[in-house]
Amino acid sequence: MATQHEMELIDSAARAQQAMDEGLSGEKMLINMGPQHPSTHGVLRVVLELDGEEVVNVWPDIGYLHRGDEKIAENMTYTQFIPYTDRLDYIAPLANNVTYAYAVEKLLGMDVPPRCKYIRVICAELARISSHLLGIGAFAMDVGAMTIFLYTFREREKIYDMAECISGARFTTSYTRIGGLSRDMPPEFVPMLRTFLKEFPVTIDEVDKLLTRNRIFCERARGIGVLPKEIAIDLGVTGPCLRGSGVDWDIRKSHPYSSYEDFEFDVPTGTLGDSYDRYLVRMEEMRQSVRILQQAIDHLPDGPVNSPDAKILLPDKEAVLTKMEELIHHFINVTEGVNAPPGEVYFSAENPKGELGFYIVSRGGGTPHRLKIRAPSFVNLQALPVMAKGHMMSDMVTILASIDFVMGECDR
Amino acid sequence: MTPQAAIDRLKVRFGDAISAPVEFRGETTITVSSEKIAAICQLLKKECEFDMLTDLSGVDNYGEDPRYEVSYLLYSLANRCHLRLKVRVSEDDLIVDSVTGVWQGANWHEREAFDMFGIRFRGHPNLKRILMWEGYPHHPLRKDFPLAGIPAELPETAVDADTVRVAPMLGGPFVANSGTRSSIRREPRQYDTMAEQQDKLDNPTKKESV
Amino acid sequence: MIQRLEKGFDPKVEGRDLIVTRADAAIGWVRKNSCWPMPMGLACCAIELMAVGASRFDIARFGAEVMRFSPRQSDLMIVAGTCVYKMAGVVKRVWDQMPNPKWCIAMGACASSGGMYRSYAVVQGVDHFLPVDVYISGCPPRPEALLEGLMAIQRKIAQEKATRNMKQPTHEPGLRHAVQGPIIIRGEYAPKLKSS
Repeated sequence: MATQHEMELIDSAARAQQAMDEGLSGEKMLINMGPQHPSTHGVLRVVLELDGEEVVNVWPDIGYLHRGDEKIAENMTYTQFIPYTDRLDYIAPLANNVTYAYAVEKLLGMDVPPRCKYIRVICAELARISSHLLGIGAFAMDVGAMTIFLYTFREREKIYDMAECISGARFTTSYTRIGGLSRDMPPEFVPMLRTFLKEFPVTIDEVDKLLTRNRIFCERARGIGVLPKEIAIDLGVTGPCLRGSGVDWDIRKSHPYSSYEDFEFDVPTGTLGDSYDRYLVRMEEMRQSVRILQQAIDHLPDGPVNSPDAKILLPDKEAVLTKMEELIHHFINVTEGVNAPPGEVYFSAENPKGELGFYIVSRGGGTPHRLKIRAPSFVNLQALPVMAKGHMMSDMVTILASIDFVMGECDR
Repeated sequence: MTPQAAIDRLKVRFGDAISAPVEFRGETTITVSSEKIAAICQLLKKECEFDMLTDLSGVDNYGEDPRYEVSYLLYSLANRCHLRLKVRVSEDDLIVDSVTGVWQGANWHEREAFDMFGIRFRGHPNLKRILMWEGYPHHPLRKDFPLAGIPAELPETAVDADTVRVAPMLGGPFVANSGTRSSIRREPRQYDTMAEQQDKLDNPTKKESV
Repeated sequence: MIQRLEKGFDPKVEGRDLIVTRADAAIGWVRKNSCWPMPMGLACCAIELMAVGASRFDIARFGAEVMRFSPRQSDLMIVAGTCVYKMAGVVKRVWDQMPNPKWCIAMGACASSGGMYRSYAVVQGVDHFLPVDVYISGCPPRPEALLEGLMAIQRKIAQEKATRNMKQPTHEPGLRHAVQGPIIIRGEYAPKLKSS
């Protein structure tokens, strides 16, 4: 490949210059990053082809957390599958619960009372804040700013306390049920949320001051991992990654569900589509979530939290223990599951990582015939080769952190 | 353009290949013939502005013929509407045209359909397994595959002595023994020649000269 | 019970700065208070592991905040999350790379026994291929439970006869004179603080 020169150069500097002129391309290295690696968020394996320090090609390899959720769903009733939805995007379990509940309710063709919708909005927005906090914390830690991680985890602990108050578990809440919620919001929750909404913007401002105009952070994140708009749409990327590339699309605005049309909030959109834009989109989304939460808690309607259809939800315990009809309903509901009509349905919601969708094919009965989970991280990771080509090895870490994927939902 | 208008345009072009639309819970589904799927998707993307492929999934209808189904969920950002296309594939001829030429995002979805059901996609750039490991012999989401699984050969680890050039230390993985007295036996050094290392492995109790 | 186990470290203090004790006890004391974990964070339990490393449930007070992702520099592997067959070879390979002495915590239901995933792809318990010392139940276990598990490992380390292990001429990897079999910690409930 290299052209041979006739004369021999004595000087080593001249020889080096000759080598550069001839464009000697060295051997490319194939390096394996992961699946056990501190900076791949979860068990992702990335095979990199490096030319020195520059990334020439990237092949992500997934499947190291494939637990067989979709096959398990075919053997469980709709209600029994709720704990599995927690573990999909395990950073924001409440959001997955909400999405799944709406998907099955769409299949059944039923509606839930307004109080339930508002509480589900509160859960979804708390999950969004929690997920973005971890995304930004991990991003900052990978780039080198360790303090941000501790600040964001402190705030996440407050969200965990609230999740524990409302559902009983810090994490993996399994809070929603088909047709309602597992229990109503306890009275201690509202003051906790109000205190959080007063303290949390202070932390966002702190993180903002530490990172957004930080010289080192800007140099590490600006211009890194650019995802052009057309390619993002072609790949099916959704969520902050898509909005960072300049596409103004948010399911909460374009197909409002769960009474999102009652709330006033903005949808931040980036311009260039680099890691810095995605970071800014997430920061601003957290502020907008605070806005939504404030409105939700101020205008929370009263009323029942579960839909009145007794065939879908479990009846009251006193009625079950004293009356025959409710006992039979309870028994059939628990053993056979909700009786869904045959048909197929797709419902998607704006999860913190993107568009989480459930495609349920039902042949009637209590278990789905096929439950496909359209996971945002699965689709967003396809954009990795586009984003990473031409950058340096250390930018890989930035790009992986800025996509903010979760292997639990990517591999299901 | 609404889904109905898109279906009308498809009927004009493809006629019999498009079935009557089924509406359920506000969603429109049409079943199309598997030979024309790539052309249909091309038309939908170019003329009907369905620029995003939201989902592509396989479904196994065990006991029916044709047994498998591939379901494409398209979305139009400009018109904000969904459209679902279904293609039925029979077990004997388990191959469908790939739509990666139309939407790049179909790449991994089709790999997953291949991995889980065994449906092959003609023209796919890299049709390998994605969730299970290479060399796994079964297709897990088929209805005749049990949930608890069938025992199969475990995967090779990604980095192996056969796949990459071995580092200068012979053998491995190395476990450092905290108990041995000599540090050279405890962890072999890079300057040990291959012969010395092989010798140490063969005679572990021989006293070293050091 | 605590008194009996801690009896290993029974120093006699000579003067002000000199402590006379048994080598096993001193080595055990040093090892248990600087147990560097190797976080094998696979799934949801990894998030609780990160929470343990954060400021509320500080793991640094146990000397274990040094979460080294390099197996060569760590003592304790915490398998946090579901281990699937595709990942099992990797976990085993990383475990083999850890130098002796090493211990293993199976954190959570999935690592202990496959958890709620009884499916074709999930290894039903990491103890199918790793020697586990402490099992922590819970899905995910509360961070306090993980700290309880860490303290159980510390009690185990304190009782080990370190000098006897050193006298073995050919050391089989993984063989230690363990005093106790595997310990099981109930991880779902926040432990009540006993005033003892």
